[in-house]
Amino acid sequence: MVAMPYYVSPEQLMKDRADYARKGIARGRSVIAVAYDAGVLFVAENPSSSLRKVSEIYDRIAFAAVGKYNEFEQLRVAGIRVADVRGYQYAREDVTGRSLANAYATALGTAFTEGSKPYEVELLVAEVGDSDVDLFHILYDGSITDEEGFVAIGGDAERVNARLSELHQPGSQLATALGWARTALSDGDELAGRLEVAVLDRGRGRRKFRRLSDEAVTEALESGT
Amino acid sequence: MRLERPSAFDLDGPSFSALLRRDRPAAQPRPAPGVARVDEVVDHVEGTTVLALTYDGGVVMAGDRRATAGNVISKRDMRKVFEADAWSAVAISGAAGPAMELAKVFATELEHYEKIEGGPLSLDGKANMLARMVMGNLGMALQGFVVVPLFAGYDPHTGRSRIYEYDAAGGRYEERRFASTGSGGRDARGSLKARYTPGAERETALDMAIEALWDAADEDSATGGPDLVRGIYPLVTVIDAGGYREMEDEAVAARVERVIEQRQR
Repeated sequence: MVAMPYYVSPEQLMKDRADYARKGIARGRSVIAVAYDAGVLFVAENPSSSLRKVSEIYDRIAFAAVGKYNEFEQLRVAGIRVADVRGYQYAREDVTGRSLANAYATALGTAFTEGSKPYEVELLVAEVGDSDVDLFHILYDGSITDEEGFVAIGGDAERVNARLSELHQPGSQLATALGWARTALSDGDELAGRLEVAVLDRGRGRRKFRRLSDEAVTEALESGT
Repeated sequence: MRLERPSAFDLDGPSFSALLRRDRPAAQPRPAPGVARVDEVVDHVEGTTVLALTYDGGVVMAGDRRATAGNVISKRDMRKVFEADAWSAVAISGAAGPAMELAKVFATELEHYEKIEGGPLSLDGKANMLARMVMGNLGMALQGFVVVPLFAGYDPHTGRSRIYEYDAAGGRYEERRFASTGSGGRDARGSLKARYTPGAERETALDMAIEALWDAADEDSATGGPDLVRGIYPLVTVIDAGGYREMEDEAVAARVERVIEQRQR
C-alpha cells in the first residue's frame, strides 16, 4: 500500500489559505470609499504621506488597497500598465473599472488556488460615470462584489461598515461624507494618525482623481461639523 | 494582466514606451524592412511651422494649422501643439502620422510615470525622454518619415520655463529664448529674432508668436496663415504658474486682426 502521509483535503487547504490571508489583512488599518454628490471619496488611516493606499489608475478610475504593501503596490502598478496600454490601443473611454476589477479578481483568484501563497490584500476599484458610481470590492481569494454607496475594507472593516451604514445618506457633500468617514474610522475616539484622503471628482477635467492635502482635510472637517 | 514577479530594480519600471516595446512590439510604428525610402513611393502628410518663446513667467507655444501632401493642402485645421502634461507641451513637425503618434505616446509616457512614481518627472527628465523617443524613430526617419518635435515646459518648483529643440537623430538642444521648427521654421525664427525681447510680458509674447506664424505663412507654402473665411486660427498655448492652457479662438482672432491692420499700413 502506498503511504500518503501529506494528504490535506482541498477544503482544509482552502480554509488554511483563507485564514492566512485574513490574518495578514486584519493587521492593517481600514480604508473607506463613500459615494458623494460629485463622485467617490476615499479615506484611509495612514501615518505615511508617501506610502499610499489610494491612487489613480486612469481618467475615471481609482484604486484603494489594504494588506501587505509590497503586494498591493505590485497589483497597483499592473493595473496602471493594463489601463494605459488598453487606452493607447483602443480609446480612453474603452478603459473601464469593470474590466480592471475582473482582471484583479482573476489574478487574485489564480494566486489563491494555484500560487504558493495567497495575496494578503483586499482591493477597491472605483469608477465615476457622468451620474453614477461603480465600487468593486475584491477579496484575497478573487471573489468580487459590486458595492452600493459605501464600503470599508481592512482589519476593522465589519465594525467600520456597521458605523458607516448608520451615517450614510446618498447625495451628501464632500465635507459631510468626510466627517462620516472619520467618525466611522475613529469609533468616537480621537484618531491616532493622519488621514490619507483622495477623491474621484466628476467635476474635474479628463483626470478625475485628486488628493486632498492635510490642510484641506482639516479645513473640510472643521467646516463639516 | 502581468503578474509575474518583476525584478525589484527593473530599469524600465515606470516607462510606458519600454512597456510597449516589451509587451506590444507590433503596436508601435517601425521602419518597413528592405525599403530604402518610402516617401518617394507613398505620399504622406507634412508641412508645418511650430514655435515657442519664453516670457517673464512662462512660455508660449504655437503652431499653424495646415497639413500638406506634396503640393496639395490635405488638412486646414490640423493640431500640431499637444498638451504633454499639466506643465508642458509638445509641438510636432515632419511626417504627420508618426509625429502625432509620438505626441500621443509621449503624453501617455509622462502620465504613466507620474501615476506609477506618485509624482511627475523633472522638466529635464521629460526632455530626455522625448529625445530617446525621437532617436527610436531614426529608422523611420531614414526612410523619409522624419519627426522633429519641439518641447516647452514650466518648472513649478523653480518657476523657470524652458524650450528644447531636437534634430531627427534625437539630439536635444536647450533654448532659453525662442525656437521654431518645420518647413516655415526658418522664417518664424527670423521674425522672432527681430522682435524678441527678453523678459517681455505675456501679452507681448502672444503677439510675437502670432506675428512669427504670419511671417512663416507669408514665405512658406506648407504653412497656413489665419483662415478668415473658415474661421480657423493658429493654435496658441501658454504654460505658466497656472499650468498648460489653450487660448480661445476668439482671443487669437482679435490678435490676428490687429496684426493684419498693422501690416495693411
